[in-house]
Amino acid sequence: MSISIQKVSRRFDAFQALDDVTLEVPSGSLTALLGPSGSGKTTLLRIVAGLESADTGSVLFQDEDVTETSARDRGVGFVFQHYALFRHMTVFENVAFGLRVRKVSNEEVRHSVNDLLKMVRLDGLGNRFPTELSGGQRQRVALARALAVRPKMLLLDEPFGALDAKVRQELRTWLRKLHEEMHVTTVFVTHDQEEAFEMADQVVVMNHGKIEQIGTPQAVFDKPATSFVMDFLGNVNVFHGRVQSGRVTLGPFNLQYDDYQHDEPREATAYVRPHELDIDRSPSHSSLPGRIKQINPAGSVLKIRVAVEEFGIELNIEVSHYRAKSLDLKLDDAVYVHPGSVRVFMPEADYVI
Amino acid sequence: MHLSSRQTKRAGRMVANEPLWLRMILISLACLTATVLIIVPLVYVFVQAFADGPSAWWSQLFDDPDTRHAVFLTLTIAPLTVVLNTVFGLAAAWTITKFRFPGRTLLMTLLDMPFAVSPVVAGLMFVLLFGMQGYFGPALREWNIRIIFAWPGLVLATTFVTLPFVARELIPLMQALGSDEELAAISLGASPWQMFWRVTLPNIKWGLLFGIIQCHARAIGEFGAVKVVSGGISGETDTMPLRVEKLFQEYNNPGSFAVASVLTLIALATLGARILLERWAEYQIQSMTSEQETKP
Repeated sequence: MSISIQKVSRRFDAFQALDDVTLEVPSGSLTALLGPSGSGKTTLLRIVAGLESADTGSVLFQDEDVTETSARDRGVGFVFQHYALFRHMTVFENVAFGLRVRKVSNEEVRHSVNDLLKMVRLDGLGNRFPTELSGGQRQRVALARALAVRPKMLLLDEPFGALDAKVRQELRTWLRKLHEEMHVTTVFVTHDQEEAFEMADQVVVMNHGKIEQIGTPQAVFDKPATSFVMDFLGNVNVFHGRVQSGRVTLGPFNLQYDDYQHDEPREATAYVRPHELDIDRSPSHSSLPGRIKQINPAGSVLKIRVAVEEFGIELNIEVSHYRAKSLDLKLDDAVYVHPGSVRVFMPEADYVI
Repeated sequence: MHLSSRQTKRAGRMVANEPLWLRMILISLACLTATVLIIVPLVYVFVQAFADGPSAWWSQLFDDPDTRHAVFLTLTIAPLTVVLNTVFGLAAAWTITKFRFPGRTLLMTLLDMPFAVSPVVAGLMFVLLFGMQGYFGPALREWNIRIIFAWPGLVLATTFVTLPFVARELIPLMQALGSDEELAAISLGASPWQMFWRVTLPNIKWGLLFGIIQCHARAIGEFGAVKVVSGGISGETDTMPLRVEKLFQEYNNPGSFAVASVLTLIALATLGARILLERWAEYQIQSMTSEQETKP
């Protein structure tokens, strides 16, 4: 079932949590609402679930306007950030809750709940209380509870926020697989870009109650629409400079820039991702001399910090282990850095070279 | 409850560092005060009540129709008051913890009013409002409803005095619990009524019971407010505490002490129930906080 959010605004006293947000979530998709805290992503999710009301605007499920429908009748499965399991009920009764309040027969409840517990790999733990479970297990109980009532859609608020890294990784993969099997429209909120990119079909980047960009993970990562998106999606090197007559001057770099041919100089900010900076032993066109300050292994890459004394800046660079080995990089080595690609953002319009 | 026991433990460690003489002085001072102010009077009530043996005690209580009626009246008014205050306390705690509205802080302050106002003043307020010469007096007379110098007045005055107990117990508890579980219940399709019985009430039951016990104990012992609105009609509007005073004024010491001993027994039972409940509640809260602690 598709979700259509139209011109939704919400204000809490002086704080504008959502500002005229319009968003389409296609049926059967897995969508991530990505943004820093206070960006309005959780508020938006709660408005879709009916747990919060919008000041203006409307929410449609398929073609049906549900803006005035109560949370009880929306048929939405909601997983809370801290799970909100009923602490006085066993795991079994937690999952059974939605069926019990619908007066489903005991026989049927037992059948469905056992199936669900098996699906979330908690069979045999039905008699435990939530306090007796680990974080990851609680998360799966919350998910089973939300799925028990066969919801039209599944909404998850920071689903893995409170879990440690390993469990988080496992659950991500598992949830993605579950989504592929069930094809229920799913929206989840996260502040972790890695999580959003890994799981979602569609990423919605939010900031200050507004949507900055909507797109596939690839599109958002490769073509950030705004400087905020660029900045938020990880560690970037920021250069402040100006554009003039087809050239851009960014501190150390002076590069060709065809999109701005006027003689009048303008302020511009450029962002370069760490993996887009290349390191070499010898100087090349528009490269900068620097000195290696730090080398840290980070998974499949090496993170290298290079100090450029001439301009008093430090650059974060990511290179492959292979590249580092072939250059034989060591601390305090003199190297040359040059950018592979630079994204220039000017106050009104955004350009990419 | 849990917090206070933790604080006592910490305090215990702190005092252990004080010099011995200071500890001895403080401990004996506390013991002396407890003995003089609590234990001696308590024992004396029972000594006096049973001075002529258990059968005399029994006949003092149940052979006098006025005393019998006082016991009956108190045991009727107290539960009525508890029911009223449970409903009110739940409603007030719900309103204050679940909604944000102008005047919310004022409402919370007003809840404490009955603790601040002297019970006699409270009684007087009701006489001035509902008495024959009072503001609603003529209307009530027309409808032939008696509030002052009758049992409804006693219930009203007692309810006022014990108003804060349940609400004050529930507000911090419900604030700590938050409303996520209730929202989860609603989004799973529960009606508000199902949500209350299946989620809210089980979560607050220990706090609620604790508030009810305190409210009940205070309702049984209330004297000042009740004294003003009762009019002291023997066999009609005398509650147990009023009966104690009246018998004492009539130089009927055995009768007076017999009723007093029953009041004391109820107080001791309340204390016992409280201790049991505190242990239970502590266990419950511990399991709740341990859940929160494992959440990183």
